[in-house]
Amino acid sequence: MGMTMVEKILARATGQKSVKAGQVLEPEVSLAMSHENGALVINQFLEIFKDTGLKPKVWDPDKIALILDHRVPAESSKTATNQKKIREFVAAQKIKKFHDIRGDEGGICHQILPESGYVLPGKVVVGTDSHTTSHGALGAFSFGIGATEMASVWALGRVLNVEVPETIKVVATGKFSPYVLPKDFILFLIGKITAEGANFKVLEYHGPAIEKMSTSGRLTVCNMSVEAGATSGIVPPDKETLRYLKEEARVKGKVEVFGPDPGAEYWQVIEIEVSKIEPMVACPHTVDNVMPVRKVGRVKVDQIVIGSCTNGRLDDLAVAAKILKGKKIARGLRMLVFPASFRIYQQALQLGYLADLVKAGAVVMNPGCGCCLGVHQGALGDGEVALSTTNRNFKGRMGNPKAEVYLCSPAVAAASALTGYLTDPRKGGK
Amino acid sequence: MARVVLKLGDDISTDIIYPGRFMATVLPSETPQYAFADYPEFNEKLKNREIPPGSVVVAGKNFGCGSSREQAASCLKGYDLIVVARNFARIFMQNAINLGLRLVVCPQIEAEEGDELEIRPDKVINKTSGQEFTVEPLPAARQAIIEAGGLIPYTRQRLLAMRGKKKKSRA
Ligand code: SF4
Repeated sequence: MGMTMVEKILARATGQKSVKAGQVLEPEVSLAMSHENGALVINQFLEIFKDTGLKPKVWDPDKIALILDHRVPAESSKTATNQKKIREFVAAQKIKKFHDIRGDEGGICHQILPESGYVLPGKVVVGTDSHTTSHGALGAFSFGIGATEMASVWALGRVLNVEVPETIKVVATGKFSPYVLPKDFILFLIGKITAEGANFKVLEYHGPAIEKMSTSGRLTVCNMSVEAGATSGIVPPDKETLRYLKEEARVKGKVEVFGPDPGAEYWQVIEIEVSKIEPMVACPHTVDNVMPVRKVGRVKVDQIVIGSCTNGRLDDLAVAAKILKGKKIARGLRMLVFPASFRIYQQALQLGYLADLVKAGAVVMNPGCGCCLGVHQGALGDGEVALSTTNRNFKGRMGNPKAEVYLCSPAVAAASALTGYLTDPRKGGK
Repeated sequence: MARVVLKLGDDISTDIIYPGRFMATVLPSETPQYAFADYPEFNEKLKNREIPPGSVVVAGKNFGCGSSREQAASCLKGYDLIVVARNFARIFMQNAINLGLRLVVCPQIEAEEGDELEIRPDKVINKTSGQEFTVEPLPAARQAIIEAGGLIPYTRQRLLAMRGKKKKSRA
């Protein structure tokens, strides 16, 4: 009997010939990522070693990544102290995959990991962040865990008690229409299956529309798979994966790739013809409250956000720059841009995208999570409306439970910036 | 007997349980002050200790969806609340079990604020309405952690078994 992508990965990570959905395993971890919540992981890690007589030492410092991104530069003394605690721990434990707040190598964890070549296909990746699902874009089984669970991984090098998840196969056929982006595809899918439609399951993406999609687009799709409740999203690695790893992530040496078995058993198969998808928007306050932009009606926007681990990559900034070049964003509107990493920031600088955006009236912020989670910058006022390329629109997400957040692609965000109202980019933002 | 002190709907996200703007606070000893911070009345009652330990929060489907923040579980654990929901989001459920927060999966649960519940391993009896609701067991994979009293003691046992042995053999 055939195995799904994740079953195959878990079989390898536990040294077995085959595993089946429902089985309980303790897979070995290839990469364990944390961000500022590393401070809590450290606390729980030390707690585990208490009274054991053992010296607190991580199982393998080369397999741990720590990225400061959620509140950078620190917004409060509390955060700064947590970040300091992380730096000290990193030095003491000799952890090398550490990305501090720096103009040459910092950024959002879910961008740093792939672009630094830390994620390889066929491996098990865990992170103390729900959007760790992103890394399935490179064919890894990558999922979010809590801080205490991470402390356990740091101690043992394996995740205890993982139940092999069922897999939903998503087959995307056809071709995307102009101005329709991977973000619209994933919003469409979440709208279709709901915010809990893939709870405890994996979304495995197939089909010509995925094969043609860039790794950046796949990262968007896998990133938001968790918004349908999925444990992970995953794309079987292919030519594009190898291209990305070699050219962009600068991975040297041979990369082993494998896909699911032909006879793999799926819990469900969903087919989506992408040419039918239009520019979409997730309306407040749930990510599955999805509609075509065309049908939403007149929504006045106070703040536009382009960035985050979902849509803060070079191609996202390129789309926005193209729409806004030589034009001005509407008065009465704030537009904030957060590139996902300093590498992207530098590339966008060199290619002139940032200049185009700034001249149009946008404020370009430093890479990081910025206003995505409402804790640092760009909070909303009472009754205000934000249109954002981020991944969550829960009540209070941008720092104010009395505000509203709509989610969309960078094309919709940029077109709307020109009019001040939610706008379908196919109308050219006029 | 446990009293329902808060009733919530479906898809209650971790942003509602523990708003992102308090994420700089991480220690389980400090997180309870921000539990349900955007429900100021309930948050005040919790802080003033007007809600006895063992009280129940009732919710619909997908409780704890969203972020992996462990604060959402530790802040409720701090008041020893019990969450009875139709079902839970994965990471929240695992965090809760890891920290020893009591969850009850009760797919048909119906209860109002003020109702008295009797929570048994196999069912929840709403003493106020007289109705009974089946309880689904927590994932088998997590049973050992529950039995050990949480993930920290469980990992400690495993660690001693792994590294302790090495140490002994060297000694
Ligand atoms: S950008 Fe937003 S969603 Fe992405 S890691 Fe940061 S806070 Fe999370």
